[in-house]
Amino acid sequence: MADPSPRPVAALRAEVLSHAPLNAEYRHLVLRAGAPASGARPGQFFQLLCPAPPGEAPFLRRPMSLYGADPAGDTVEFLYKVTGAGTRGLATLAAGEALDILGPLGHGFSLDPAWRSVVAVGRGAGLATLAPIARAARAAGIGVTAVLSARRPELVVSEDLFRAEGARVITVTDQEGTSGPAHVERLLRGLVAEGAADAFLTCGSARLLRVQQRLGREFGIPGQVALEQQMACGLGMCFCCVRDFNEDGGIVHKRVCWDGPVFDMREAVA
Amino acid sequence: MTEMSVRIGDLVLANPVMPASGTFAEGLALAADLDALGALVTKTITRELRAGNPLPRVAETPGGMLNAIGIPSKGVPYFLEHTLPALRAFAPPLVVSISAPTAEGFAALAAEVSVPGVAAIEANISCPNIEEDGRAFAMRAESTEAVIRRLRAATALPLWAKLTPNTGDVPEVARAAEAAGADALVVANTILAMSVDLATFRPRLGNVMGGLSGPAIKPIVLRQVYQCARAVRLPVIGCGGIATAEDAAEYMVAGATAVQVGTATFLHPGAMEAVIEGLARFCAGRGIARVADLTGAIRREEADEAEIEWAEVASLEPGP
Repeated sequence: MADPSPRPVAALRAEVLSHAPLNAEYRHLVLRAGAPASGARPGQFFQLLCPAPPGEAPFLRRPMSLYGADPAGDTVEFLYKVTGAGTRGLATLAAGEALDILGPLGHGFSLDPAWRSVVAVGRGAGLATLAPIARAARAAGIGVTAVLSARRPELVVSEDLFRAEGARVITVTDQEGTSGPAHVERLLRGLVAEGAADAFLTCGSARLLRVQQRLGREFGIPGQVALEQQMACGLGMCFCCVRDFNEDGGIVHKRVCWDGPVFDMREAVA
Repeated sequence: MTEMSVRIGDLVLANPVMPASGTFAEGLALAADLDALGALVTKTITRELRAGNPLPRVAETPGGMLNAIGIPSKGVPYFLEHTLPALRAFAPPLVVSISAPTAEGFAALAAEVSVPGVAAIEANISCPNIEEDGRAFAMRAESTEAVIRRLRAATALPLWAKLTPNTGDVPEVARAAEAAGADALVVANTILAMSVDLATFRPRLGNVMGGLSGPAIKPIVLRQVYQCARAVRLPVIGCGGIATAEDAAEYMVAGATAVQVGTATFLHPGAMEAVIEGLARFCAGRGIARVADLTGAIRREEADEAEIEWAEVASLEPGP
């Protein structure tokens, strides 16, 4: 290659170290991948060139948020649910096989050193996106309360991971009737009252985002939201992943891959 | 060592590989060496502020993708203040892609972006995602000639006309662009296409129709490059489904002087660099001193073998 200087983003062939179901819906993929991939930050994502499953041929890469990265161990982890041709192909990967990953991409969560305690609120696939915050917050000396929402208790992911990093975990589920926005709002108001919410970090639910936006406005609490959108390039070139955002009193389009995927909670249109 | 430079009119490029408009922005610099490219080509800009098309803007198809992005544009002042300085920081000549709803609008915009640091103007007279029903200037020779003539009068910069594959007589349109004063042709834009989701009965694109790109279209556009290169004396820049150095070489042998790589960059940010290196190896491996020697090197004389095959087939025919 003509230019020897390392670039912040690279497409590289990562080796599958392990790949196993985590529960009835989610699969856990652990890859060996050196820099820059293993230096990915919470909230960043990768574009995966998924292998073709039998009878299908996914053409574009698939964006997937980071579940874990360890520069010391040269690993990158993803958590995903099989939903289409790309993830069907991904599910065929066996340990020892290679996967072409492009990243790390986008702007992740930024943890303000002035924060003492934050609340992470996630639902569904958003729980995987929030997971890397647990370790990063602990490293920054910031306490975390994780409010994890899912349809059923056995579908709550990242719970052990948050607990292992010293976070307080509150799970809410549809099955138990605890996941509705009114109940979550009461929980969050309690956390605000006890001083545990210097910021909200969230992913995975428009309804819960709206609750946090409301509380953020009411109490002057900052927040960040990780958003998803269909993507093609992942590098801000194709403009396929735009969403609406509030800016200066008007609605503007921003690229989720380039301007995000983590945005200031106040500007997100939920 | 292969000599990689090529000449597009008065413009000399260090190598024949550049991005296709719409598939490139400065974000690529995070993952690729932009200074290695033959030229840089901006996303199409317009004078009008454009939000772009409704979502979804992209859909996968076998061997390619549909897009109906709809040319989001923040207008000329934003381009001159932000985009241009960012791209001027890189070494390759900068080609600015422009579009407008009228010939007058095209001319005014060309004049506004004819500023220092811009090496050429690519007139996107072929975007299928702006006008009703995918119409574009380059679908007809008369409208092509009219708009290129206005553009020619409006700028002293090299003027490239980006043609559409969505017309019955591309060579006639190519001749019209040449007659009106274009310096080069870019052949071609995306192929007007659509796709329907059978789970919902909805079009897969928010705009219903869009442009097909990727490896699926390469043989079609390659044929059009071949036709255009034979129809005009202008350099032809091939653009359609190029993903590898072999694809690029095929385009050049068919008549292209240079090539644009688009959709492949979405899959592999290093695709253009790989094409450049692969072209150099391709030429070196065949004792071709200059990559420019590939242009139009296609052989069309009938081979002896073909006649022998005919003879063999003939001998199998039942006798009288």
